[in-house]
Amino acid sequence: MKKYLFLPVFLFALVANAQIDSTLLKRIPVDTSSTQTMNMDAVYNRPFLQIGNLPASIGGYVEADYQYMGQDGITEGHSFRIPRFTLFVASSIHRKIKFLSEIELEEGGKQISIEFAALDLNFHPLLNLRGGVVMNPIGAFNQNHDGPKWEFVDRPIAMTEMLAATWSNVGFGLYGKYYSKAWAFGYEAYLTNGFDNSIISNNQNKTFLPAAKENALRFEESSNGQPLFTGKIAVRNNKVGEIGLSYMGGIYNRFEEDGLVLDAKRHLDVVAVDFNTTISATKTYLVGEWAWVMVDVPETYSQQFGERQKGGFVDIVQPILRGKLAGFDKAVFSLACRLEYVDWNVGRFEETGGNISDDLWAVVPTISFRPVSQTVIRLNYRYMQQQDILGNPPAKIGGVQFGLSSYF
Amino acid sequence: MKKLILILLVCLAFACENIIPELPAENEILDGPLKGLNTSEQAQFLAGDFAFNDEVFSSGVGLGPTFVATSCGSCHAGDGKGHPFTTLTRFGQTAPNTPPNLHIGGPQLQNRAIPGYTPEILPEGTPFMKLTPPAVTGLGFLSALTDEQILTNADPYDLDGDGISGVPNYVNPPAYFVPQRFHQDAHGRYIGRFGKKAAAIDLHHQTVSAYNQDMGITSTFEPVDPFSGLAVDPEVSDQTIRDVVFYLRTLKAPIQRSQNDQQIIQGKTLFSQIQCGDCHTSEWTTLTSDIVALSNKTFFPYTDLLLHDMGTGLDDGVTEGSAETFEWRTPPLWGLGLSPNSQGGSYFLMHDGRASTIEEAILQHGGEANTSRTKFESLSAEDKTALIRFLESL
Repeated sequence: MKKYLFLPVFLFALVANAQIDSTLLKRIPVDTSSTQTMNMDAVYNRPFLQIGNLPASIGGYVEADYQYMGQDGITEGHSFRIPRFTLFVASSIHRKIKFLSEIELEEGGKQISIEFAALDLNFHPLLNLRGGVVMNPIGAFNQNHDGPKWEFVDRPIAMTEMLAATWSNVGFGLYGKYYSKAWAFGYEAYLTNGFDNSIISNNQNKTFLPAAKENALRFEESSNGQPLFTGKIAVRNNKVGEIGLSYMGGIYNRFEEDGLVLDAKRHLDVVAVDFNTTISATKTYLVGEWAWVMVDVPETYSQQFGERQKGGFVDIVQPILRGKLAGFDKAVFSLACRLEYVDWNVGRFEETGGNISDDLWAVVPTISFRPVSQTVIRLNYRYMQQQDILGNPPAKIGGVQFGLSSYF
Repeated sequence: MKKLILILLVCLAFACENIIPELPAENEILDGPLKGLNTSEQAQFLAGDFAFNDEVFSSGVGLGPTFVATSCGSCHAGDGKGHPFTTLTRFGQTAPNTPPNLHIGGPQLQNRAIPGYTPEILPEGTPFMKLTPPAVTGLGFLSALTDEQILTNADPYDLDGDGISGVPNYVNPPAYFVPQRFHQDAHGRYIGRFGKKAAAIDLHHQTVSAYNQDMGITSTFEPVDPFSGLAVDPEVSDQTIRDVVFYLRTLKAPIQRSQNDQQIIQGKTLFSQIQCGDCHTSEWTTLTSDIVALSNKTFFPYTDLLLHDMGTGLDDGVTEGSAETFEWRTPPLWGLGLSPNSQGGSYFLMHDGRASTIEEAILQHGGEANTSRTKFESLSAEDKTALIRFLESL
């Protein structure tokens, strides 16, 4: 039986091999020459693979990891995950019109989502129109979230669970950049569909912006007919780094239906500041982000759902070995550490005047190895303490995470 | 390079054993199962644990529309005593053996509402009592006692002349109540043993009521929505309720700490000498139970499960079942010292959290506890400290 199977497989391999001409494949590398690349460029500044003269190019990245975590002496044991497998397709329709889509399969396909699928029309460097499924530019992580760019297995909690990264929506907007010597200035402004009641009515028992991601209908229609505004301005100096200030806000709840009033209009406001810089003397890379969330929660609802949240992270990455390592010409060994904090509920109890806790902090020391710039192998140790709303003794969570992530 | 990789691998291999934060000492936490459960009982314990601590209700899955809390765990963090954030307000019944006046919104105030709805408001001038949620550990032992055992401590006419009576709360059972062999029918009513006034006969009664009155969650057992007053589809399954009841029955009993400390031993002696133990009965032994781990076990809850006159200072003018407005069930004292670990670092003691220290709580005892309180007041500072250290060790 085996020899009969061998023949068609062998013939198929010959044919298949004949169809591949590696000279037709052209790798479009990440633009590392420009020092004026900003976070807002991250969506296009990715490695792509182009086939011949086709106007489309493809790319993507994959993340896989192992973890051994536990809480207060209890562990779930060893676990292997494939948290993300993402595909990009980009094409140039005209020298001033381009399209890019990003489709993400989370946890082996458990959730498939369009994170980005937008058409960009360039009228002037300061005036570009973008429409489609866009990533709301709140903070920097939402735009610059690709796994291979980071030295850590997990994404920062404040930026993914408080700010809902990767938060994308259907809408339109304008963006542009202006350069002057060592300086770059960028802006973005979008109107998109927004959040919904689930941010204060969910199974997380807290104000939780990512709950709105569960609503797939947001790509079809707004939950309340009110646009969500997201805007960002950022400044970059080649020698200093980049700082961004962003805002996202709008009415989040379904306040009427069929002309009948269901509730008051309730507003959501998010402000974020982000930065990144490299200390030239030591080549230490610092990146961080901090955000504040303000939600109009009905007074007669529960303080379980906070009106204010705050949180952020800072990553410190110190390359310690560069050069030819293990057969890779430009490999980099780095030590890094992430510090992160989230307060899910900023406020005081009406009943006692005491502080509402519901917060967490984490320290994540890391060793990472980049054989090439687009691939990273990382070994993290995570230690985290998490307090409940009452401020009772915290749950202590810790463990190791090992993972790899690469563009392809 | 090779050395570096080798070191990392060795570190990783050894790290796995030591990287998980330590398990707290068993006597420092209230949650956890009874020892001796079999595998199927442990599986049901886990199902109940999930429903009790992790299942959160939102408007999409039945919460409210008016409610007090969004999950069982919101009121009983770590299975311990609750915080004023989830204080319950009961009203409607102002005399023993009278109806709970459902038409004015009783028996419990739902002081919160999902967006777009208005919470219930206490009718003006209506007496009410506030109740801090109790700890739920060790309840299986209390539920395994027989009515006959409870009645051995009852002395409604104070025949022994010690100034302490002790009466059971006779409660009209809900329609779904199924008497067990250890329940005694008293003209259609049964002895309540759970709740601050002992108004719940068993943990099933307590659980169904809490889903309904605390979260606005209906079930086949209690299908009437407290907001509309109308029967609606069940919002929690029978199985989930049974899992939660099983979880409550099989939570371990709190474990005393530093039992051999001389000062704590002295405090324990004083506790008996000043007659605290006349109501806070220290030791009980269960008979045979359907759960082997609860059968024939001696345990130390420091309660007699009976109602006592606690004086005018603790009379809120409202009641449940056959209890007088000034009568309260003796609360179990086990786990008392761990209360701040579930109450946000502070004590909120007595039925409504009005006492912020154990001493304050003792001094608020009146009625049948007057003698004990007076004796406590006359203790030396050293003896008071010993007594309080003993109570903290429970």
